[in-house]
Amino acid sequence: MSSNLYEGSVPVSVLKDTVVYRHTIAVLVDNEAGVLARVVGLFSGRGYNIESLTVSEVDPEAQLSRINLVTSGTRQIVEQIKAQLGRLVPVHTVKDLTDEGPSVGRDLALVKVSGVGEDRVEALRIGDIFRCNVVDSAPDSFVFEVVGSSEKVDAFIALMKPLGLIEVSRTGVAAIARGAAGLVANTVAPSAKVKKVAKKPSPKRKSAVKKAPTSSKRKR
Amino acid sequence: MSRDSLDGRQMKGAAIILKALEEQGVEVVFGYPGGAVLPIYDEIFKQNKIRHILVRHEQGAVHAAEGYARSTGKVGVVLVTSGPGATNAVTGLTDALMDSIPVVCLTGQVPTHLIGNDAFQEADTVGITRPCTKHNYLVKDPNNLAKVIHEAFHVARSGRPGPVVVDLPKDVVMADGTYSTAPRGVYREKHKTYRPAFKPDPASIEAAVDLMVKAERPLLYTGGGVINAGPEASKTLTELVNETGFPITSTLMGLGSYAASGPNWLGMVGMHGTYEANLAMHDCDVMINIGARFDDRVTGNLEHFSPGSKKIHVDVDQSSINKSVIVDVPVIGDAGEALKAILKAWKARKERPKPKALKAWWAEIKRWKAVDCLNYTQAGKVIKPQYAIERLFELTKHKKTFISTEVGQHQMWAAQFYRFDQPNRWLTSGGLGTMGYGLPAAIGAQLGNPDGLVIDIAGEASILMNIQELSTAVQYRLPVKVFIINNQYMGMVRQWQELLHGGRYSESYSDSLPDFVKLAEAYGLAGLRVTDPAKVDDTIKEMMAIDGPVIVDVAVDQKENCFPMIPSGAAHNQMILGPEDEPEKAISGAGLALV
Repeated sequence: MSSNLYEGSVPVSVLKDTVVYRHTIAVLVDNEAGVLARVVGLFSGRGYNIESLTVSEVDPEAQLSRINLVTSGTRQIVEQIKAQLGRLVPVHTVKDLTDEGPSVGRDLALVKVSGVGEDRVEALRIGDIFRCNVVDSAPDSFVFEVVGSSEKVDAFIALMKPLGLIEVSRTGVAAIARGAAGLVANTVAPSAKVKKVAKKPSPKRKSAVKKAPTSSKRKR
Repeated sequence: MSRDSLDGRQMKGAAIILKALEEQGVEVVFGYPGGAVLPIYDEIFKQNKIRHILVRHEQGAVHAAEGYARSTGKVGVVLVTSGPGATNAVTGLTDALMDSIPVVCLTGQVPTHLIGNDAFQEADTVGITRPCTKHNYLVKDPNNLAKVIHEAFHVARSGRPGPVVVDLPKDVVMADGTYSTAPRGVYREKHKTYRPAFKPDPASIEAAVDLMVKAERPLLYTGGGVINAGPEASKTLTELVNETGFPITSTLMGLGSYAASGPNWLGMVGMHGTYEANLAMHDCDVMINIGARFDDRVTGNLEHFSPGSKKIHVDVDQSSINKSVIVDVPVIGDAGEALKAILKAWKARKERPKPKALKAWWAEIKRWKAVDCLNYTQAGKVIKPQYAIERLFELTKHKKTFISTEVGQHQMWAAQFYRFDQPNRWLTSGGLGTMGYGLPAAIGAQLGNPDGLVIDIAGEASILMNIQELSTAVQYRLPVKVFIINNQYMGMVRQWQELLHGGRYSESYSDSLPDFVKLAEAYGLAGLRVTDPAKVDDTIKEMMAIDGPVIVDVAVDQKENCFPMIPSGAAHNQMILGPEDEPEKAISGAGLALV
């Protein structure tokens, strides 16, 4: 099939892949009223999945905000999501961080753990291993600040569960591409040329996998 | 006043709005006044450049603007008040979004300090219309009014056209602000974020032509995108068809871009498309989709959709590409630009499809054509709906005729039996399927084409959904003709109940219908009725002779069904040709759940 393709289009074989992958997508938007509603409304209206979403102004002078969202879907769905985002009027740039080269993502969580005695000491010890900051300390509780990949944060929370986990507050993923190139306003990203398909965890390509196979991260 | 002296001038918000509309070339506004827009109406009163057409319901205003836009190629403009004015417009906006019709809708809003207070006639218009517009704006500063209105027109008409709402709080409209003129030059390159596609990537054109020159069973499948690209695109399309000799079919929205009288025309594709068009879709080896979106009414069951073909898809909207059907060669750009580029690349090539293969393909198509799938028999004392529309076509085809429709059986018969030779003559609600579209759309088309013969082919159920617009037609002396195919049923509902629900006609009988002739008279227009097949021609001629709006009530066969039909859930090669085909067997359990 690929003989019919021209540079820049996604090969049919890739689009027909029924495996569900998780993608982190960065969207640069005008910081104007309602822009988040447009993005979120697009996802709910078309039945796309949002696993995590962060939004904040990143350039006050140019009034630009950046939305980082983590979604999952087949390649066809993810291409569709990017195209739909791209046609929203206040959207400058859409970048698939999972697809377009290496990137780093960080999630921050505040984790409240209550306990005394051995559990309390154990929580503090694990917090140390995870390089957590203790941002609040009371005689019978701690609030840990843990930063890392979503998987790392997941793991820390799981370890806190038997030690008196009370409450979790998470930011969602903030992600950025590695290297010198930046996410620039005023460019409409064409459907990216596929250099390599997102990490393929299993060879079974025909079976429709309902959930992203990369981890057992819970949905929020 | 020159452009330059206008730029930077201080004026009232309402005056800015009118000036901006004028600068955008607006001639007609369809609207309905109310408290929040009174200052704008006051400004309308003081000028005579822009004509305001008072509709009788805001839904009618949007459909009229759609009819105006579709028949003229210009942007349709709507002005409604806050709250109920805006919510009544929502159906029309959704309709325009689904069918990619350029509309700018100005809505009144309560003063900014009352927004969020549940004020009288307040609605969250921007929130409500966000999913049913291409884009929308709430203007909070009178100095931004002109800029936003210019931008709204640009967004509505460029790229894939669509409806744009501009919400106008009353205090903003009443305050003084600075006017700014529209940006000069190619606006599409100036907007900071919105840069719709226009010229396609040459590499994609070459890839498309690579497939075309090797095709053995090619098929052009065109849609509303060709109409939206302007009449020039339709000419290029015709040239491409003549140059290649390929057969061509079209979606409901694309009818008229290639002449139905043309030698390569296969008829409409899709659920009620022709046998030859659907089988050609199924069996082709290269499908060239230009400005269509693989709608479910066209594809039928996706699993069995044209299984052996390589597909080229030209669309100005990247999100249409690979949405439901994965294609081999996407071409992102304006349909007219793409057609020009394809034609040029085709002419530059030496290679051509094998004549032998093309000949065999045409021979097969001719065999399918010989089935004569639109065949019906007009016999006895009852008018067949197909006959009424076929006669209407024969008697009006030499005029500059515009046909609008409502939604249902009559719409499909109109698409099958009224044969369009030109673009922009066919106005129908394709995507949303809005009953009540036809009459206001006809009004809009008549305003845009005062010399045209505008006919709304209607059903007796649909027409009642916006019947109040007869008043509008009478007020502005718009000679629209309403041709009601009256079978006393919501015919398409009845047909599905017959085919899928054991003939249990739940609530689909049009009980207590008005006497349409008396209704016409009550509104102050002429009313005609015909029940005898022998009198159909005379009645149509009488209708055309009346210099004013007319209702023609055509009493037709109540039990006639619309065939051919691809049952829901079936493939293109599983068409039902008529009642003798035992359709109930063809419809699967899964198909029953589909719309």
